[in-house]
Amino acid sequence: MRDKIDTRILPSEITSREHYTDRRRFMQMAAGVSAAGLLPESLWAADKLPATANQAYLLDEEKTPYKDVTGYNNFYEFGTSKDDPARHAHTLKTRPWTVTVEGEVHKPKTFAIEELLKLAAMEERVYRLRCVEAWSMVIPWLGYPLSELIKQVEPTGNAKFVEFITLQDPMQMPGQRSAVLEWPYNEGLRMDEAMHPLTLLTFGLYGEMLPNQNGAPIRIVIPWKYGFKSAKSIVKIRFTEHQPVSAWMKAGPSEYGFYSNVNPEVDHRRWSQAKERRIGDFFKRPTLPFNGYADQVAGLYSGMDLQKYF
Amino acid sequence: MIAIKKLDDKTLSRVKTIIFLLALIPFVRLIIGGITDGLGANPIEKITRSTGYWTLTLIMVTLGITPLRKLTGWNWLTRTRRMLGLSAFFYASLHFLTYLVLDQFFDWNGIVKDIIKRPYITVGFPSFLLLLPLAITSNNALIKKLGGKRWRCLHRLVYVVGVGGVVHYWWLVKKDLTNPMTFAVVLAVLLGFRVFYWWRGRQAKS
Repeated sequence: MRDKIDTRILPSEITSREHYTDRRRFMQMAAGVSAAGLLPESLWAADKLPATANQAYLLDEEKTPYKDVTGYNNFYEFGTSKDDPARHAHTLKTRPWTVTVEGEVHKPKTFAIEELLKLAAMEERVYRLRCVEAWSMVIPWLGYPLSELIKQVEPTGNAKFVEFITLQDPMQMPGQRSAVLEWPYNEGLRMDEAMHPLTLLTFGLYGEMLPNQNGAPIRIVIPWKYGFKSAKSIVKIRFTEHQPVSAWMKAGPSEYGFYSNVNPEVDHRRWSQAKERRIGDFFKRPTLPFNGYADQVAGLYSGMDLQKYF
Repeated sequence: MIAIKKLDDKTLSRVKTIIFLLALIPFVRLIIGGITDGLGANPIEKITRSTGYWTLTLIMVTLGITPLRKLTGWNWLTRTRRMLGLSAFFYASLHFLTYLVLDQFFDWNGIVKDIIKRPYITVGFPSFLLLLPLAITSNNALIKKLGGKRWRCLHRLVYVVGVGGVVHYWWLVKKDLTNPMTFAVVLAVLLGFRVFYWWRGRQAKS
């Protein structure tokens, strides 16, 4: 069946953007709360980002509506409530934007965002996203494998880990005025995880450029790990010999480990990870090992005690 | 000031009606949100949080009545306490039912596991149970039957419930402790007031 899918059709075309915007507009009018709903779409629609669907990553699951993907998420740089990012992220300026690649590489370089957008062929991939808080979504992302960028900068033999660092600017990111986490936000991967074909350097979702609240203009998406591993609004990528200590590891060393692979067998210290609620569903569903990507990634961790390396 | 020191029965019943209607607002907002798809992407989480928040808020307001009466001398305030306490119980029940029905959907196995393994539920569940005898005895017939002294003693359980509720909130928050900390400070002031009065009473006796 899979092979017969026409790859010229983007998943976002099957469930069109208009479908969601129409629904949104209808609801806003029905509730009578917002005049914004009456504005023509062109006034608020984001920039399109052309991409080709990668048929290896078309998920046979219903996608989470655009309004939920962009209206409900964690991005503590804009506040700790899940509607804060959508409300406050308009202060983020995504142009000009550069990403500095440094550390254990032969060719360190500062890339302009325009350059990164053209560095490899843009793909659309539909991934599951599992938040550590036991909710989940299905999102059509736009990007290309991080390995494409890594190859360009030629890591040295000492490069064992990759660290991602988010912008730090309390003027643009008001949430950083509170010390809820240690800023700037950082995350990291082991080199083999970073080179894995699933690890996506991401620039867009639902056929358009990333909205600010989802980590514009550039973020990482690692679908087999809890959502917080996927750092947003990245300004620096650093190759290191030693394992980086991530923002959440600093915040709660007993609750958040470096690996943070989705694992129904290893509970969060305070709540169960056995089940999750897919946004839009009433019933919870069982959480899958490695978020359903065990076939592709379990081999990276063979021989490791996942209770210990959580 | 003197005018509101004493209230006639008619005014008092009006005040109670206003309290009742005010206490219903969060509930009505949830209902409207539910009908108009206004509860966001994760409605069950929203309902759980809102009912939990209002339970704690109303417990704090209820605990604030005695200090306020002692400071102002408005003795009629005591007669609004039952309405406030029962409102807190109403939201606590909604909060518990949301967990039972919407969140777990009667998964008894999962619920028992939660109570044993999840510290915030280990504390939250008995705190809710402790509210039950208080709600049941919140009527004149049972006050008479128990006798004022025993009734007051029983209703001191609300101090335990208040502490349990705040700890429950504190332990479930992922990182941002602003809200639970605010409740903790308010509760500390309200309970501290009682300790102070008790201590001063003892001083006066000896």
